Amino acid sequence: MKHWTRAVVSALATSAVLVLAACGGSASGGSSTALSVAFLPKQVNNPYFNTAADGGKKAAKDLGGTFTQVGPSTANAAAQVPYIQTLTQQHVSAIVISGDDPTAVAPALKQAMSQGIKVVSYDADVAPDARQVFINQANAEDLGTTEVDLLGKELNYTGEIAILSASATASNQNTWIGYMKQELAKPQFANMKLDTVVYGNDDDTTSYNLTQQLLQSYPNLKGIISPTTVGISAAARYLSSNHLSGRVMLTGLGTPNQMRQFVKDGTVKGFELWNVNDLGYVAYCAAAGLVKGTITGKEGDTFTAGSLGKFTVGANGAVLLGKPFVFDSSNIDQFNF
Amino acid sequence: MMNRLRSLSQRMTSWELLLVALLVGVLINGANQSPYFLNATSFSLMFSDFSEKSIMVLAMMLIIIVGEIDLSVASILGFSSAIVGDLFAAGWPLWLAIVAALVVGGLAGLFNGLLVTRLGLPSLVVTLGTLALYRGAAYIVLGERGISTYPNVFTQFGFGDIPGTLIPWTFLIFAVLAIVVGVMLHSSWVGRQLFAIGANKEAARYAGVAVARIKLLLFVVSGLVAALAGIIFTARFATSRADNAVGFELDVITVVLLGGVDIFGGRGSLLGVLLALFTVAALRDSFALANYPDQVQSILVGVLLIVSVLGPLAVKRLQDAWIKRRHVVSSQA
Amino acid sequence: MQTKSSTSPTPASGAAPVDTSLASVVARIGQAREFGLLVVLAVIIAFVGVQQPRFLQISNFEHILQSIAIIAIVAVGETLVILTRNVDLSVGSVVGFSAFASANLLKNHPSLNLLLVFLFGCAIGAVLGAVNGLLVAYAGIPAIVVTLGTLNIYRGLDFAVAGGSEVSAFQVPTAFLNIAGDYVLGIPLLVIIAAAIALIAGYFLRYSRQGRQLYAIGSNPDAARVVGIRKSRLTFMAFLTTGILSGFAGVLWASYFATINSGAAGGLELLVIAAVVVGGVNIFGGSGTMLGAMLGAIVLGVIQNALGVLRVDQFWLQAIYGAAILIAVTLDALVTRQVQRLLIARRAQRE
Repeated sequence: MKHWTRAVVSALATSAVLVLAACGGSASGGSSTALSVAFLPKQVNNPYFNTAADGGKKAAKDLGGTFTQVGPSTANAAAQVPYIQTLTQQHVSAIVISGDDPTAVAPALKQAMSQGIKVVSYDADVAPDARQVFINQANAEDLGTTEVDLLGKELNYTGEIAILSASATASNQNTWIGYMKQELAKPQFANMKLDTVVYGNDDDTTSYNLTQQLLQSYPNLKGIISPTTVGISAAARYLSSNHLSGRVMLTGLGTPNQMRQFVKDGTVKGFELWNVNDLGYVAYCAAAGLVKGTITGKEGDTFTAGSLGKFTVGANGAVLLGKPFVFDSSNIDQFNF
Repeated sequence: MMNRLRSLSQRMTSWELLLVALLVGVLINGANQSPYFLNATSFSLMFSDFSEKSIMVLAMMLIIIVGEIDLSVASILGFSSAIVGDLFAAGWPLWLAIVAALVVGGLAGLFNGLLVTRLGLPSLVVTLGTLALYRGAAYIVLGERGISTYPNVFTQFGFGDIPGTLIPWTFLIFAVLAIVVGVMLHSSWVGRQLFAIGANKEAARYAGVAVARIKLLLFVVSGLVAALAGIIFTARFATSRADNAVGFELDVITVVLLGGVDIFGGRGSLLGVLLALFTVAALRDSFALANYPDQVQSILVGVLLIVSVLGPLAVKRLQDAWIKRRHVVSSQA
Repeated sequence: MQTKSSTSPTPASGAAPVDTSLASVVARIGQAREFGLLVVLAVIIAFVGVQQPRFLQISNFEHILQSIAIIAIVAVGETLVILTRNVDLSVGSVVGFSAFASANLLKNHPSLNLLLVFLFGCAIGAVLGAVNGLLVAYAGIPAIVVTLGTLNIYRGLDFAVAGGSEVSAFQVPTAFLNIAGDYVLGIPLLVIIAAAIALIAGYFLRYSRQGRQLYAIGSNPDAARVVGIRKSRLTFMAFLTTGILSGFAGVLWASYFATINSGAAGGLELLVIAAVVVGGVNIFGGSGTMLGAMLGAIVLGVIQNALGVLRVDQFWLQAIYGAAILIAVTLDALVTRQVQRLLIARRAQRE
């Protein structure tokens, strides 16, 4: 009987707490009227996203709102979901997310939207019905083709290449890789062969080790494209420390600060990126526009992003930031991020 | 009324009373840390968040009571999630993929159990090895892929509440299992056998208890429950990934030990475990709302784990010292 | 968890507390294990070498040794712990913490003497290892519980200290980064350091009194205490040493990988334990050699390299580590059972 008592007590205790909690007021309804925007990047210990966050913080100051950044320490979609739920519980006015997986985060985002929270995606899009606006840093086809063209020129259009990507589920890299493969099928690249695509998950150690393995598995490798700032940084370090600069050409997307020494020592001749700071700034402004009601995300909507000017929402809620920019030895010293 | 309360509290052990105090403390702290903590929707999300861990706790409790341990539960969860994803992506109907994953989970548990009962290997080492083996199997099945194209009805089950209430569907599964375990453990002869095995394996065997068979069965159950947790996880996160639920075993084992189940087997109660479950869930939720990342929350859980074993040991040592001193005093008197 | 019953060597008066015939039997089996590992190595090398001749190049072996050097250093410590019938799951977190802390220290004080940085890393490892040691040896909490807890506590502290930031390669002096890539007399410096540590530790284990006492503690803790071996102290020292070695390895890790965040060396403990167990160190304590542990690390390193050369997905690695642990432990159990039967038969014969 003693044990039945225990069971009863525990049941009572649980229901008592639930009742207590319910009396504490339910948290339904719309978002707060203040402007509180939370950035949820693919992962937090990533300099690329920290730079975007700087842009967001500046926009917050300019617009009189608040800025926070939360996120998982590994680029993992399942890890992003609890953060979305916490933000929903906290009733932020908008979530700005770079998705590790476009469909995995969708149910949680939709739940947030049903509570009145606005959702903007940046850098890596999520399912279109799980967000109102997507800030695209550069035209995907442009990026894919220019990356391949860059490497092709450096290799004289001959040789085996490999791609060192981020996570296998991120929509941005996957879209770019799709265009890269398309470009490689063109006749001028007939003497170049794509050996494999490997995924470093935006983790430096993994990407470093993968570079090692690539060279082991494919000893005739002549070039690597790494369309992720973590990947290119790790690969450059590996090539440089193992005196392979010049023997294996490396290009991709990188930040000037991380790449500077490798451009100087010849490991990387040229690489691309865009103004990451601006990306964060525009994303915040878009979120603010949604919260204030000045835009709804439908095609043709326009909003202003401070000194960066006016931006127009295109098809499918996408906003284009601009064109990719090529960094090389002639201009790399002019930038600091 | 006071008399009834007093007799209730007498029937609860001192450890359980301590747990109530700890729980209240965590709730109050949570309310202080964030205004969004103490309300019904928040609690609903909190229970939902702990769905997988709570059912795994029930199975782990039984395993530890008989004096074993299963470190591989999180890997079996991940493996089963990977199986569902892989089969579903290959075109299998979802329900069949789920059944396959459950079967695989049971087999994984069976493998654990056979190594422990037939070969006599310590469960600690076996499940440490299978922790790696099953996680590796998940990677072999899924690679770097993430399967997230699940039908709405599946993700609704994982995400949603019973219509009209704030009770998550997944909580229902836990409630049913908890009642089953509670009745079995505390009110049936099966439960008494489990405690007997944990208290003294040899004596239990001489008394006619089928020790090996029961342990084998418990490992299979642990595997099945972990696989079920994998299904729930997949529904809740709407994604199958090879690294799903890495590290879950920390919370599961902490809740069981914090709940008063003896690490060496033979003792424990469902009430204590339920209180501990609530405490750890509330702890994680309150700190998440205060924007502390996962890893920092784990510091507290790790401390709780150590304290929950250190506490009773320290108390026992103090009691022994006290008894010794009283003997000395009385013999000197 | 119930402790298993073990063989009880009759303690001789004064000298070595183990029965010499037991020691010789175990030693012979140990040697058989090391021989077995060499055979396994030879088979793998031959098999892969036939398929991909470049696997056989000296530079490739150098490369393998370099890649497992850091793990081998941690494995030395883990061996000591496992010999005493314990386990340390927190080594990965200690390595990671030390790696980030030392990289961060250098980032903020780039002109700091590198030797001080290494001492700093060792000190961190010492503190973390000491906490483990206190809880296991003196408070009597099972090592699995303690180190599962500290694995998460230390990783969480690492995270809290790092605050989501990372130390990038260009933020630390190149002299530091060059350490991991340096060569001395044609051999990678990392390999020399690892070999030196393993040799010193192996010598200590084999020829010192405390070394033999470690074995005694592992094979029969109660008898060891009765005989007067200071079990708590030695167990504590084993954990402390593991901590220091992990801290040292952490600094080397920072030098080797250069860009460090709070996730560094996550999951390392699995690889280390697999290496030690595969190397013949009995998970039940009491037997195994440093040479065996190093061979275990080399075998795993060769397997990883072979996978890359054969273009097999690296995903197989985790499963292989798990399978390796299970196979090694099963073999150990079967061997231990044989030894027990042998001893019982011998004792029956003598009476």
